[in-house]
Amino acid sequence: MLEHYGLIGALALIALIFPFVGVGVAWLLRPKRPDPIKNSVYECGVETIGDTWVQFRAQYYLFALIFVVFDVEIMFLFPIAVAFQRLDMMQVFYVILFVVLLADGLLYAWRKKALEWQ
Amino acid sequence: MAQQALFLIMAVFTLGMALGTVTSRNIFHSALFLVGSFAGVAVIYFLLEAEFVGVAQIIIYIGAIATLIIFAIMLSRSVTGQNGSPMNRQWAFAALGAALLFAALAWLFSRVDFGSTAQPVPEDAIALIGAGLVTEYVIPFEVASILLLVALVGAILIARERHS
Amino acid sequence: MDLSQLDLRLIGVWFNNMLAGAGLAPGIISLINWVVGALLLLIFALTLAIALIWIERKLAARLQDRLGPNRVGPYGLLQMVADVLKLLTKEDITPLEADRVTYNLAPALAVFQVMMAMAVIPFANGVIGADVNIGVLYLMAIGSVGAMAALMAGWSSNNKYALVGGFRVVAQLLSYEIPLVMAMLIPVLVAGTMRMNGLAEAQGGWFGLGWYVWTLPTAFLIFFIAALAEGERAPFDLLEAESEIVAGFNIEYSGMKFAWFYLAFFLNSWVLAAVGATIFLGGWQGPFVAQIPALGVIYFIAKTLLLFFIQAWVRATFPRLRIDQMMSFCWKVLVPMALLLFIAVAVTLKLGLPQPVQGVALLGLNLVILLATLALVSRAQKRSVGAGKRAFAPELPRL
Repeated sequence: MLEHYGLIGALALIALIFPFVGVGVAWLLRPKRPDPIKNSVYECGVETIGDTWVQFRAQYYLFALIFVVFDVEIMFLFPIAVAFQRLDMMQVFYVILFVVLLADGLLYAWRKKALEWQ
Repeated sequence: MAQQALFLIMAVFTLGMALGTVTSRNIFHSALFLVGSFAGVAVIYFLLEAEFVGVAQIIIYIGAIATLIIFAIMLSRSVTGQNGSPMNRQWAFAALGAALLFAALAWLFSRVDFGSTAQPVPEDAIALIGAGLVTEYVIPFEVASILLLVALVGAILIARERHS
Repeated sequence: MDLSQLDLRLIGVWFNNMLAGAGLAPGIISLINWVVGALLLLIFALTLAIALIWIERKLAARLQDRLGPNRVGPYGLLQMVADVLKLLTKEDITPLEADRVTYNLAPALAVFQVMMAMAVIPFANGVIGADVNIGVLYLMAIGSVGAMAALMAGWSSNNKYALVGGFRVVAQLLSYEIPLVMAMLIPVLVAGTMRMNGLAEAQGGWFGLGWYVWTLPTAFLIFFIAALAEGERAPFDLLEAESEIVAGFNIEYSGMKFAWFYLAFFLNSWVLAAVGATIFLGGWQGPFVAQIPALGVIYFIAKTLLLFFIQAWVRATFPRLRIDQMMSFCWKVLVPMALLLFIAVAVTLKLGLPQPVQGVALLGLNLVILLATLALVSRAQKRSVGAGKRAFAPELPRL
């Protein structure tokens, strides 16, 4: 099994180093004339007001939570899909029960208007 | 031999990242260090030829949990962008607790027989996991589904913005 | 001449024989193989990116009645070479208050993500970087690295527009990952394997009739729409939204670091097209591919370019969605559709129907689910417009 991952490992190393090589070449070629105005944050020519790292809305967190639940569900479903040809009808029923239980959660979120982006 | 060397490198990397997580002064950096630590653990899983566990580690911990943590950081205004010291008055107790936990885990793992044999990983290991989920482990599998459902309902109840 | 000798795998065999002939140890040979394979993928990806950018610019221009690049070289073919040189020599501006390490790491991670995805794309039968058992899940894992790159870029720029763009893109990528992966799950269910080459192999059959797009058209549609969103393409390009948040998470980037984001964007589109072509359009399958294996490369590239063309066409044609429309479309239409389709296909596969009947049954099922969804959506939309609500906020039908 590991021999497959040799190439992936080599690619990972090369793909991590390569972007920095590009930036390095650009560093040799490009002009370097920084000044405070140029290096200020670009917000359409207006000076930035207040702290950048503002507080975000709970909406983002809620969607991320719903995502986590479905992400875990899919992780379970993939190996079952691979083994699907070996399963009998009863075992398929278990899988469907698993999916339906989670679909229930989606339905609940829908009813409670948690899927509405305000 | 190469496998051992890679394991050592990844173990050091993972530990370094974990150390960065607890010592970083910026909470966003802490979250990124945590991502690095998760990635190191995933590589170790791959080295153990547990490709499904490794990929699940990346998808769930880096793809979902880390993002959730970062969103949670952005929700709490009082801490974002501030470079507070990670040391407060309780750090000594926390260190003691962590050391005790580590000792307990090390003791536990030294006693468990993981049944390590020289058997190679079967070619259809993933199909075996899948079939196992609906035969031998069907109860935990369905309970996991209910757990996820409860988590979803709870999250909606708590996090939903109140409609006036 | 024996045409079956036209097989790209034989180059690998010849290369290995040559290395073995030079008296190298097996460990060294596989190391050389890995590095050479990785470098080949990298060079291919870079060349491809230049070609794709030219194709897309030319296409978008023609679709909008413009000429597009036509000054540098014949048909503007050398425009991208000029652009690369320009980007290399541009001053690289880093905002003073930026978080420097994270800021510099983000574009590298974006490139890292697309390059890693290249490893599991089967170009012809057996011509694949690494045919891992977890192929589809590998792609999903790699995708989460891309979301992390956007988040890091948005956060570290210390710019409000970048931050909003970064968070929007992550919310979008997360949401659309669910229908995307659910749609990929259905062919896996039918084929019984997650290996990318195995999925292409399973779609053999007389003149492309075995392609999953014929038996699972609704799954393909869900995949394609979700791929547009995952590729951050119009009509789902809210993270760019020039008119609202200027350019999104990469606003502060310039020079080569911007170029990396640009490259990652186009390659990401192609990778999604390649995954769609492999999983639904038969990958390298095509007429006479069993006799002449090298034909597979041509079929595969043609299919990916077809999907890329449709993506570019959509991008040049449709206006942008609002974020609430985008989120409700994902969670209220695509995800329920995919869940329903999964259950229906699972049950149909277990009925034990003979091969052609099963295919027809799957096709019928897909069409029924698609038409039912369309009917429900149009009814919900009519009702919400009539009630004076915002367009497209489908309510759950009364049970």
